Amino acid sequence: MANLHQFDVVVVGAGGAGLMAGLYASRTARTAVISKLYPTRSHTGAAQGGISAALGNLEEDRVEWHTYDSVKGSDYLGDQDAIEFMCQEAPQAILELEHMGLPFDRTPEGRISQRPFGGHTNNVTGKPVRRACHAADRTGHMILQTLYQQCLKNNVTFFDEFQVLDLLINDGKAVGVVAVSLADGELHTFHAKSIVFATGGHGRVWEITSNAYAYSGDGAAIVFRRGIPLEDMEFFQFHPTGIYKLGILITEGVRGEGGVLINGKGERFMERYAPRVKDLASRDVISRAIYLEIREGRGINGSNYVYLDVRPEVVNKYAALDGRTNPDGSPYQVTAEQLLKKLPDIIDFNRVYLGIDPMTQPMPIQPTAHYTMGGIPTNQYGEVVIDDKKTVFPGLYAAGEVACVSVHGANRLGTNSLLDLVVFGKYAGLRAAEYARGVDFTPLPSDPEGFARRQFEALRNGSGKENLTDISNRMKRVMFEDVGVFRTEEGMKRALAEVRTLKERYRQVRVSDTGKIFNTELLNAWELGNLLDVAEVITISALNRTESRGGHAREDYPNRDDANWLKHTLVWQRDGRFEIGYKPVVITRYTPKERTY
Amino acid sequence: MEVTLKIFRFNPEVDKRWHYETYRVNAEPTDRVLDLLEYVKGYIDGTLSFRRSCAHGVCGSDAVRINGMNRLACKTLVRDLGDKITVEPIMGLKVIKDLIVDMEPFFENYKKVLPWFINNSPLPADGKERLQSPEARERFDDTTKCILCACCTTSCPSFWGSDDYLGPAALVAAHRFIFDDRDEAAAERLQIISETSGLARCHTAFNCTMACPREIQITKAIGELKLATITGRLD
Ligand SMILES: Cc1cc2nc3c(=O)[nH]c(=O)nc-3n(C[C@H](O)[C@H](O)[C@H](O)COP(=O)(O)OP(=O)(O)OC[C@H]3O[C@@H](n4cnc5c(N)ncnc54)[C@H](O)[C@@H]3O)c2cc1C
Ligand code: FES
Repeated sequence: MANLHQFDVVVVGAGGAGLMAGLYASRTARTAVISKLYPTRSHTGAAQGGISAALGNLEEDRVEWHTYDSVKGSDYLGDQDAIEFMCQEAPQAILELEHMGLPFDRTPEGRISQRPFGGHTNNVTGKPVRRACHAADRTGHMILQTLYQQCLKNNVTFFDEFQVLDLLINDGKAVGVVAVSLADGELHTFHAKSIVFATGGHGRVWEITSNAYAYSGDGAAIVFRRGIPLEDMEFFQFHPTGIYKLGILITEGVRGEGGVLINGKGERFMERYAPRVKDLASRDVISRAIYLEIREGRGINGSNYVYLDVRPEVVNKYAALDGRTNPDGSPYQVTAEQLLKKLPDIIDFNRVYLGIDPMTQPMPIQPTAHYTMGGIPTNQYGEVVIDDKKTVFPGLYAAGEVACVSVHGANRLGTNSLLDLVVFGKYAGLRAAEYARGVDFTPLPSDPEGFARRQFEALRNGSGKENLTDISNRMKRVMFEDVGVFRTEEGMKRALAEVRTLKERYRQVRVSDTGKIFNTELLNAWELGNLLDVAEVITISALNRTESRGGHAREDYPNRDDANWLKHTLVWQRDGRFEIGYKPVVITRYTPKERTY
Repeated sequence: MEVTLKIFRFNPEVDKRWHYETYRVNAEPTDRVLDLLEYVKGYIDGTLSFRRSCAHGVCGSDAVRINGMNRLACKTLVRDLGDKITVEPIMGLKVIKDLIVDMEPFFENYKKVLPWFINNSPLPADGKERLQSPEARERFDDTTKCILCACCTTSCPSFWGSDDYLGPAALVAAHRFIFDDRDEAAAERLQIISETSGLARCHTAFNCTMACPREIQITKAIGELKLATITGRLD
């Protein structure tokens, strides 16, 4: 094997979670960070609105309120011990980012500025609270940049544009990964004591999505093929405000600043669905409301979109009606100039992609596939747990969107993901390094690159009867229609059959590029295989759960059913067959009750 | 509408020399150039190679030359270009394959300006954030927007003409830290960028500012750096 590397810790992925893990692990262990994209291209850079912590810089806030809001937001499927841990760690995590130089926006006193976000409330008044720390509407960009810069400063070793294809296991332990170097197509084996997966989500399963092309579920699919279960895959978040047809995200921060949703009759319809917090209800609630409005013929001009309106006069009108005030008690009023400062990228997206100016025109929006709540099961230290008995898989860690701790349960609150990356990325890195210190290298299995090589060979030697793009488009369409915001048994059965047919058709694909250098066609084809596997797991998990909870809304089972379904789904692949199991939700202080906003 | 799409092609494993291929594709005026590239790759020639990820202008993967101007393919719409579109790799970096260039020299230049926060003073006693006024934060806001796409650097005649000029993107990174009043290494960075490979090579051609997809006022930022090296002041 020509390309063999040995490190104590290998981190796969260089977004917020991977960089945090790399930064912390490299303090005490020989660490490599492997990423298929240049680190600064990671999807963390797309995050707009903010990162939450009960700092209380602008008004009273408490860690307990953040915890309760997250438990409630998760529709009680989040594990409460992990949520408590995350919310407690949050203030320190934000301060640490500031100490690393992150340029947060500031209050007049020079402290980190905060804005309201959906589902985050003052638990006494029930009103939205300013909890989201922000850097304009490019908070994720600033987190990604800051962490990458700190990694450079600390000489973390990067393998940029290396795509991991397989996880190596020997003697019941994770012992390495196999990756392809995009520049020359060579396979490399990384022998390690600990491996951290931080590869992000799989939102490219759906047609309308806010997610990057890179969101192809690589990490989840890789470990799944090696027998590791995936947890709560039926729970995927559809964000209410994607740009019509394009899916590009319009941050909830727009509604935090006072923007409102308007239907074809000119009504602010969220008043009917969430009387207290209205446009700042949780995402699942708003996405469903938009669908229902459209179904009732109240889309704009009867079409399948509604408006998000942030014109200053509209913001001011509804702020006055709501009695919204500034921290000093004065009435909340905005000017176009202030909004331009707070939402420059949103305004730019509208100008470029729609040719409209949100200061004088409302934005056409529709729900867009956005965030993977499910994923590789872990505990709060990032250790991968493989069953319902908290059994840890030695040497294997996961953090960030690919992981399911679970702090987001059935529905993630906005700003909690960036927090999740920073907190659990750090602990995964620390644990991975600590574990590596205490053990020797386990030998690699024989022919470590065999499985990766065979996957590529299959894609190169198929009959060529089928076209990759057709298969991909079909999958996206079916999943968006039948395993999207609303679901039924009939629709999901149809989707499952279709996905299985597509998997068969996928075997007939043949990559036309026979070269080694930047063979992006081969890698796209491989990624489609991941998406198909993930789509199947999602659909199986969703079909089995005969209730509605958070992001999983079934028309045939419209209610939450705690008696039968207050539990996490686990799906394994064993001998080529899928098996479903369940594990209990951790409840500490908050007894499940009905969720209203 | 039908668009004639001319694309620079070079496959080092097959071609002795680069050439152009022309494709006729149906497009909506609101399609992104990236959508057209995806279409060609998906249905006409799978070997066409380019980088991309976010598809909405925030990750910096797909800087290319479109009708002679450096642009992000995902942030340039057909309606702004008409029915004849030429796509080529950005200039001044080695072409690896089709629209993919070697970004290593670009990132090496970035790293030279110490693009990381440096403050070795003790943290505030209460463990909280270092205070910074909204005005001080605003001072370097523009240069925090950079996504390292290289549109600016590879549009710069001084960069094409030399093999050691840091280029505008690295100077933008330097600006972001030099004008951050929490940072303590401004003097060191000013020293680095005032060496021969730095500021003096900028001849204010403005190409960079025109090329920046994030609309950073790059020439202005470089002007502020030049002034700072002369006056030694950062206000
Ligand atoms: C438009 C948008 C806006 C958002 N806004 C917010 C917000 O305001 N607040 C909030 O809390 N959350 C927000 N989110 C969610 C949040 O940004 C993401 O959940 C989070 O950034 C994911 O980070 P990550 O580190 O897990 O993954 P990423 O940042 O996506 O990183 C994944 C990494 O894995 C690498 N990788 C993937 N596969 C492989 C492979 N096979 N081999 C090698 N490397 C691989 C990639 O190169 C990349 O470096 C937003 C998301 C989107 C899409
Ligand atoms: S694909 Fe991310 S900037 Fe164009």
